[in-house]
Amino acid sequence: MVSASVESQTVNQWITVCQLEQILLNSGVCALVVDKQIAVFRTAAGIYAIDNYDPFSKAYVLSRGLVGDRNGIPKVASPIYKQNFNLQTGECFDDPTVQLSVYPVRVADGQVQVGIA
Amino acid sequence: MAKKNLVVVGNGMVGHKFLQKSIEIGATQDWNLITFCEEPRLAYDRVNLSGYFSGQSAADLSLVEPGFYDQHGVKVYLGDKATKIDRAAKKVISAQGAEVEFDRLVIATGSYPFVPPIAGKDTEGTFVYRTIEDLEAMSAYAEQAKVGVVVGGGLLGLECANALKNMGLTTHVVEFAPRLMPLQVDELGGNILKDQIQALGVTVHTSKSTTEIVSVDGRVQKMVFADGSELFTDMIVFSAGIRPRDEIAKECGLTVGDRGGIVINEQCQTSDPHVYAIGECALHEGKIYGLVAPGYTMATIAAEQICGDGNNTFGGADMSTKLKLMGVDVASFGDAFGQTPGAKVVGITDSIKGTYKKLVVDATGKHLLGGMLVGDASTYGNLLQISQNQIVLPPNPEDLILPAKSGASTSLGVDSFPDSAQICSCNNVTKGDICAAIQADNITDIGTLKKCTTAGTGCGGCVPLVTDLLKLEMKKAGLEVKNNLCEHFDHSRQELYSLVRLEKIMTFTDLLAKHGKGQGCEICKPAIGSILASAWNEQILNPAHVTLQDTNDAFLANIQKDGTYSVIPRIPGGEVTPVALIALGEVARDFGLYTKITGGQRIDLLGARVDQLPAIWQRLIAAGFESGHAYGKALRTVKSCVGSTWCRFGVQDSTTLAIVVEERYRGLRAPHKLKSAVSGCTRECAEAQSKDFGIIATEQGWNLYVCGNGGMKPQHAQLLASDLDQETLIKYIDRFLMFYIQTANRLERTATWLNKLEGGMDYLKAVVIDDCLGIADRLEAEMAHQVATYQCEWQNTLADPQKLARFNHFVNSPEPDPSLLRVEERGQARPPYAHEREVLMAIQNR
Repeated sequence: MVSASVESQTVNQWITVCQLEQILLNSGVCALVVDKQIAVFRTAAGIYAIDNYDPFSKAYVLSRGLVGDRNGIPKVASPIYKQNFNLQTGECFDDPTVQLSVYPVRVADGQVQVGIA
Repeated sequence: MAKKNLVVVGNGMVGHKFLQKSIEIGATQDWNLITFCEEPRLAYDRVNLSGYFSGQSAADLSLVEPGFYDQHGVKVYLGDKATKIDRAAKKVISAQGAEVEFDRLVIATGSYPFVPPIAGKDTEGTFVYRTIEDLEAMSAYAEQAKVGVVVGGGLLGLECANALKNMGLTTHVVEFAPRLMPLQVDELGGNILKDQIQALGVTVHTSKSTTEIVSVDGRVQKMVFADGSELFTDMIVFSAGIRPRDEIAKECGLTVGDRGGIVINEQCQTSDPHVYAIGECALHEGKIYGLVAPGYTMATIAAEQICGDGNNTFGGADMSTKLKLMGVDVASFGDAFGQTPGAKVVGITDSIKGTYKKLVVDATGKHLLGGMLVGDASTYGNLLQISQNQIVLPPNPEDLILPAKSGASTSLGVDSFPDSAQICSCNNVTKGDICAAIQADNITDIGTLKKCTTAGTGCGGCVPLVTDLLKLEMKKAGLEVKNNLCEHFDHSRQELYSLVRLEKIMTFTDLLAKHGKGQGCEICKPAIGSILASAWNEQILNPAHVTLQDTNDAFLANIQKDGTYSVIPRIPGGEVTPVALIALGEVARDFGLYTKITGGQRIDLLGARVDQLPAIWQRLIAAGFESGHAYGKALRTVKSCVGSTWCRFGVQDSTTLAIVVEERYRGLRAPHKLKSAVSGCTRECAEAQSKDFGIIATEQGWNLYVCGNGGMKPQHAQLLASDLDQETLIKYIDRFLMFYIQTANRLERTATWLNKLEGGMDYLKAVVIDDCLGIADRLEAEMAHQVATYQCEWQNTLADPQKLARFNHFVNSPEPDPSLLRVEERGQARPPYAHEREVLMAIQNR
């Protein structure tokens, strides 16, 4: 299970961050990957990883946002000011000039892994 | 070609309207617009002046958008009164010595309040009611007054009486004529109106002629009447009619009427064709129009005459009005007194309900000539259109004013009006204009429609008709009038609530599968999480519900701007033991939490990291605290005063009742937050009238007020029932809260909910007190279930390792969020501002 948009990124190492069941379906957690805070979300359609940093509130909170969809596209809403971000692309629905990083993520043997270069 | 000068004397409602209209039709191309404004502020809404006492600020009342005049190059002489017109030199001279030449001049000086020539009329403690300054002076004086009298029982007089009553004064109205509002209603209507006004606690004295105002130490003490009777009072407000302000016209030799008023022709020109007069200072065919709508019409016509095509002329104005005076409807239209030869009258008086309705029909019985309505003017808009558009009456015209019987509606609806029907008389917008706007711009909401057409933005009386039109047009266009929650549910919150209850749906997943689509979102998830909690009261952090909760509910604390949380334990009724208070202080100290007292008599501990919350609550629960639900759309606090336990004025034990109420409804989830308060006497120190439900002690029991709130749009709570014993009180609150929870929209507080509730307060009383829907037993049972299943959410969470597992910042590290920084201020820790953060980061990275 790998999200489509990040297939092209080169991954040299997969880092295990947690067991899949540690992320409740339709919610997120924050993982510390090297020095980075990465928000990892689990939906029925797959696993997604984006920045945990919310550029609007400048706080590291996106993993605590509500997960849902807009016209079928999976998204998370910032828990501070409610801006919506596309989980597949990291794009902000409310302000297309704002773009979050998306990270390679997969589930292997029941473990959630984030890929780094 | 150089621009010419167009000068407007007076920046009241009508003067402003003139400038607005002129700008709209492109006057700034050829004209320099200049206006004198005697008052220290630009035009404001004098019609709703009493709103100033119910919390509207001067800015709320302003009619001029900030920057509007600047943007259009209008030169304003603010706080400078035009004192003289030199017609030969074509100049206006002001009090401060400005001299401005004009090519065309418009006088819009309005009127002044008439003060009858009574001995003692200038004593300290007498006022008039016209400007914001008048109001400020009145309310300052009222602080040391107990009794207030309004002289004059017309429209403004009753408005003013309402203002005095709201200031807490024992209020009287003294009217010279044998009835209130003698120009609008007849004797029968006047009697009903008097009863209604008196029922609201204002004493009405009719057929009273004041002969003297007696003073003591230079201040008003009492009034003496021609019949020898007296009335003691601390202050008097004169509202005995208006007189046109025509001095400036008289002095420069313009023709004025015998009893005042600047004479104008149908082009709104005075006796000097270069000078125009509009509004209440103008006299047209012997008539002064003391209403804003005709003033606006004159402003529009004068603007078109001077700057536009000048096709329209002023042919007099309809004096039809609909008012709400202290909550009592009064309306009259057309030939309300039946003066047309051969006119016939159909009338219904209901002194039980307090309504009076009269229709005046022509000799043939086919057409409506006019009418008056007291107590219930809901049919005014329809009736006015029927009379103005000569729509043929149904065979029994009385059906139009009889209360609607179920199934048999005989109203001639908005659909039957011709396109030329004027729906908004303030801004002259016709049915055709409105329908065209709806179709052209595909408008589907009333806000946009008002903005596009200006209909309903004047007195607001036509808003129900405009709304009907919108619904009708949408229906015709095949659009469903819907109130869907979001893209995932084609249902309103109320419908979803009923589905959850009826089909016994216990989870979001189940509801989505049966009645929704997609995955849900941040709109529907918390709303349905709340519905499920209101219906079944399962723990919100249970696996089936936890992912529906907004972060506040998900972590049982209030998120702050940096992603940390604040903790507010419950302190029922605001009563706390010293030992508990010390424990609270120790927790705050040990976790480095910024501490502040809230407005709801509780203590807020701010800056707790998500990973600290369980340990903080472990300590708080050990000290006897429980969750305060400050994070939830739920009952927050029940504020109280110390009541009869300590206070020398208290008549009941308000603190104990507040604790009982808070403990009964704690944890109750609702469409929005709920606040409450209990005051131990009428001095109302707990501010119960600003709460969703507030309770005030009386000698006999408790008064229950509902649907108030502070915040962005403050609104006073309204009295639902008086002198209740505690059992009945609780019963009514149970019903009220559950009815609100069942029917309100998402994030709609009780005040907004009531404003939209069809039938308003009367209907709410009928549901809660008279049980007109037959649901009271069910509502009470539903509340009983809530009360019986209450658990402290923190206690429940601390006992469940699965729930606690979520309380960390990183899933793969016990470290806290490294981005969090603190600076010290006044001995406490707070998050840094952006500029401080940069400095702190620089130090950290060195």
